[in-house]
Amino acid sequence: MRWIWIDKFVEFESGKRAVSIKNVSLAEEHLHDHFPGYPIMPQSLMIEAMAQTGGILVGEARNFQEKVILAKVTKAIFSDLARPGDQLRLEAVVENLAEEAATIVGTITCGERRIAEIALMFSHIDKNLAGMEFPEENFVFNDQFMSLLQFYRPREASPAQN
Amino acid sequence: MTLSREDITAKIQETLADALGVDEEEVVEDATLMGDLGAESIDFLDIVFRLEKAFEIKIPREELFPGDNVLNNAELVDNGKVTPEGLKTLKTQLPHVDFSEFEKDPDLNKISDLFTVKSIIDYVASKVA
Repeated sequence: MRWIWIDKFVEFESGKRAVSIKNVSLAEEHLHDHFPGYPIMPQSLMIEAMAQTGGILVGEARNFQEKVILAKVTKAIFSDLARPGDQLRLEAVVENLAEEAATIVGTITCGERRIAEIALMFSHIDKNLAGMEFPEENFVFNDQFMSLLQFYRPREASPAQN
Repeated sequence: MTLSREDITAKIQETLADALGVDEEEVVEDATLMGDLGAESIDFLDIVFRLEKAFEIKIPREELFPGDNVLNNAELVDNGKVTPEGLKTLKTQLPHVDFSEFEKDPDLNKISDLFTVKSIIDYVASKVA
């Protein structure tokens, strides 16, 4: 992943569901343009946050061996705004997990407020070549991503360190 | 539980409407998935997933829609046209599809017209029978 747009996972059931956290901060530059004097998190970036949550969930299920690419935004319904200071909770649940693709359904909440319902489809692109060839190296779950993952894993293993 | 053709049709209309973001009224039997309903290649997989769930069936990947094994095979496609050999393979692979129009001019670009709502209904009907 070239950039990471979620802050951490708080729940992770391999191949089933994951819950991540995204903190919305006024330090994010785009909020000053979206919109001037009325900063709200762009809905496209809420989809991105869900795509990362679901994409990592789907990737982990195959031990990060597949190149997992967002292929389709099946549904995206927004019912409330996300503003600076909000802590978004993104829950992704695997609906289908097959050789060549996967689908998830997700909800975004902030405290008691329901912000969005998002359903996504991911392609394992090496299994959907359609005559194209992709680089051998995994450019989705690249070295940078895998080393970041290492940073998180020891903490999971030793809860005493909180 | 035996499903009537009407039951199957209704369920498929709902499934396709959800998968493709169209109105159920648009999902008529002779509508083509790509031309009329705007499906793209990734939607075909989505449709397969949804049909499997809706009808509790297993759909082998090459059965409902043709895969790369045919369309990228030089012996089965020549100069943008499906060869007689290719047509034979497709017919065997996709018994639920009506090839009568396509046969007259087996242009690869027209292959998407083969996949109509009716072809899916026929396929599912044969699976749940």
